[in-house]
Amino acid sequence: MDLPVVWFCLIAFLWLGYLFLEGFDFGVGMLVGLLARDNDERRVLINTIGPVWDGNEVWMIVAVGATFAAFPNWYASLLSGSYLYVLAILLALIVRGVAFEYRGKVDSLRWRRWWDRAIAVGSWVPPFAWGVVLTATVTGLPLDRRGDLVGGPLELIRWDTLLGGVALVGFSLVHGAVFVALKSAGDIQRRARQFAATIIPVALAPVLGLVWVLASRSGRGVVFALAGMVIVAAALAMQRLWTGRPATAFALLGAVIAGTVAVMFGGAYPNVLPSTLDSAYSLTVWNAAASSYPLQVITWVAAFGAPAVLIYQGWTYWVFRKRIGTQHLPPVHVP
Amino acid sequence: MDVLDVARWQFGITTVYHFLMVPLTIGLSLVVACMQTAWWRTGNRKYLAMTKFWGKLMLINFAMGVVTGIVQEFQFGMSWSEYSRFVGDVFGGPLAIEGLVAFFVESTFLGLWIFGWERLAKPVHLACIWAASLASTASAYFILSANSWMQHPVGIVFENGKPRLTSIWAVLTNNTALAAFPHTMAGSFAVAGAFLLGIAAWKLHKRADDDREVWFTSLRWGGWISVAAFAAVAITGDVQSKLMFQQQPMKMASAEALCHTEQPASFSVFAVGDVSRPDCENVKSITVPALLSFLANSDFDSKIKGVGELTTEYRAKYGTNYPVDPKLGELSGKPIDYTPLLPVTYWGFRFMIGFGVAAAGAAVLALWMTRRKRFPANPWYARLALLGIAAPFLANSTGWIFTEMGRQPFVVVPNPTGVDGVFMFTARAVSGGVSAAEMLTSLILLTLVYGGLAVVEVYLISRYVRGGIAGVMPAQKESTKDADVLAFAY
Ligand code: HDD
Ligand code: HEM
Ligand code: HEM
Repeated sequence: MDLPVVWFCLIAFLWLGYLFLEGFDFGVGMLVGLLARDNDERRVLINTIGPVWDGNEVWMIVAVGATFAAFPNWYASLLSGSYLYVLAILLALIVRGVAFEYRGKVDSLRWRRWWDRAIAVGSWVPPFAWGVVLTATVTGLPLDRRGDLVGGPLELIRWDTLLGGVALVGFSLVHGAVFVALKSAGDIQRRARQFAATIIPVALAPVLGLVWVLASRSGRGVVFALAGMVIVAAALAMQRLWTGRPATAFALLGAVIAGTVAVMFGGAYPNVLPSTLDSAYSLTVWNAAASSYPLQVITWVAAFGAPAVLIYQGWTYWVFRKRIGTQHLPPVHVP
Repeated sequence: MDVLDVARWQFGITTVYHFLMVPLTIGLSLVVACMQTAWWRTGNRKYLAMTKFWGKLMLINFAMGVVTGIVQEFQFGMSWSEYSRFVGDVFGGPLAIEGLVAFFVESTFLGLWIFGWERLAKPVHLACIWAASLASTASAYFILSANSWMQHPVGIVFENGKPRLTSIWAVLTNNTALAAFPHTMAGSFAVAGAFLLGIAAWKLHKRADDDREVWFTSLRWGGWISVAAFAAVAITGDVQSKLMFQQQPMKMASAEALCHTEQPASFSVFAVGDVSRPDCENVKSITVPALLSFLANSDFDSKIKGVGELTTEYRAKYGTNYPVDPKLGELSGKPIDYTPLLPVTYWGFRFMIGFGVAAAGAAVLALWMTRRKRFPANPWYARLALLGIAAPFLANSTGWIFTEMGRQPFVVVPNPTGVDGVFMFTARAVSGGVSAAEMLTSLILLTLVYGGLAVVEVYLISRYVRGGIAGVMPAQKESTKDADVLAFAY
């Protein structure tokens, strides 16, 4: 296979890793406001992702960095074309990251309340805005010959991009609830499972809508097959949740997001960012790519680096595999 | 203001801000790793207390370093898309490698370290902080080699109007990078040293007597680190000056606000008057004869070209006017000004060195005064030490401002001995599809959020400083008879 195609697949894989891992981080953050009844429960929720959220976020950093390295033209056109949306993501991630780290550092109600708001903003905004931006990159933007956006930021507001935004929010919410059901103990665990079982049809509906729309636009058999897989996995996940099997449901949700990413990127291939003005201006795997030598370099780095990442991140999840509940919380000890 | 001005202000503000957190993270995390190693080797509780206390401050700062770094990574595409297209073949590589081999390790192992105190075996837990802090160092190396390539492009050929990478090895072993990396690392240790010194002196002054040993040892560590860091900064800075003389003669002349060519050239220590006038009227300057020749070329009679002569040379080599192109806005078709802002470069260079000298002087004084475990009673001493924390931060910021603004009007500086055609004017680097209003929005929002978070960080750090050791370590261990110890840190 040609290296640009390999990197197209690898970047899709990085997005998949990001949406799967930060998907539940975002969901947990949403539940801090929705499900937790008191400060102890909020602490339990945040600590379920405490050791891992930062590592999960790096999947996004590397996805974007790899795009810069492998497809500089795609990186340049996408990030400048979705400027304000990316800004919203950045601001939200800034307050969220700081909130996790600072929330417990002062023992005061007012202090915590502010950071809880930051966690809410930081957990709802990024999946929505990424949904818009990623849908826009696979369905196209009005780009001129140089690859610059024509018409300003409102060009990104379309029903299909909004559907993409809602889809990632819905997915993250249910994914996070299932994660909490797997990682916590006691009352909060029970409620998380119920919550997941209740909302899963509503939460996954936009995902199914999105894959269907994208598949019919691409019209390719493989993409339809993938969309079908997403639908089957979603139905099975629902059934597993309803019969009280959150672990398999969690794995099936993984299949849902994997299929969704595959439909998005597979449906667009060989485009990476089509131009809706003139298909001659579209960015493709071929015309957006760096030359072959730098691609070889990063391929070697990824060949050794990526498996190592999977191993030590997997080890982290193993180290912190125990369920936690309010009964385990240590007393607050801060100056 | 047009798009270019806003984009430059935004890049400058966000990067300088990021680089307030960065040196403290790099320096302090390595120091904390050493402290924990000392605890592991000796079992002395003092070192455990040091690890916990300084580790906590490091984490408070680390969070800010991470979130501001993400902005940096995205900004090249958001605001500088023309730049990204031009340098993509070369520049994205180090960034992607940095993410893949440094940021993943850093974030994952720091998470393990924060949450793993009770869960991991002691040596494994110690290995985690080493992994995280060495990954920070590695990340510094990769990003600096990317930055150095902008100062001095190597390892490329010029094809279809763009540089094409031919040797990643040349980029990673660029002599500019090999000099900038130790200089920046030493600058980071200068920050960590002054931080330890200032806070420990303050705690000793406040008579935190039960932990006197802890503060005393921290102060001595801080003092020695500062002194060593300054020596390293001066030696590596000298190497950089010599490279700058060969690679960026205009930056060299601007650092001195040297208008006319001199042979031998004298070094200006301090100037009175307006250094921004390219004819140098009215500038009175205290100079050391021939020192500049020595700094640039290790002898006392080298010729150093002034701004005037260099401008003529640059015009001949890189053009007299910007091309006529509506995307260039006001600059379209205008003559190119090859002189950086002289007051910024002149004073930036002097402040960098001056703040460094001040911090090093304070550290020597502190070591002298605290010999044989004495601590001076005079309150001014502790106040000064606390204030002194700012000095190496300011030296770092002014160093970067000098380096980055000294390369204007280029964003990619031409390499005088490299391939022809590989350079880019900053004015051409800015994004095409983004309006000034959008950029102004982001500039304002980012500045506000950064400003607010700076207040929060300083507040938290001072709170933890006041809380001292007791604030980070319960007096006696709460019983952990619970068979499985669970991990909580938030
Ligand atoms: C000399 C060192 C240095 C320099 C010049 C820069 N950084 Fe930085 N950066 C670091 C040293 C560092 C670090 C020490 O590795 C940080 C600081 C605190 C931290 O968490 O890691 C970091 C964090 C950090 C992160 C978050 C990593 C994470 O999630 O763990 C990103 C994405 C960047 N940086 C990107 C950049 C970019 C694109 C820069 C160029 C403008 C830049 N940094 C300048
Ligand atoms: C590898 C790291 C870095 C890269 C790749 C980089 C790149 C850039 C770019 C693309 C610009 C915009 C063009 C311009 O206005 O000159 C810029 C400007 C600037 N950078 Fe850097 N930079 C890096 C590190 C830093 C750091 C760490 C600092 C300081 C803390 C810094 C300080 C500045 C400043 C002050 C400007 C504004 C210059 C101006 O307005 O003229 N840079 N840099
Ligand atoms: C005798 C003292 C020093 C000398 C001779 C010196 C020299 C230099 C030179 C020549 C540069 C510009 C490199 C270039 O643009 O090509 C530079 C940059 C820089 N300096 Fe210094 N410096 C000194 C002290 C310090 C101190 C005390 C600090 C911080 C604590 C510091 C931090 C920096 C930083 C962060 C940069 C920008 C990054 C880089 O290019 O390495 N310097 N220094």
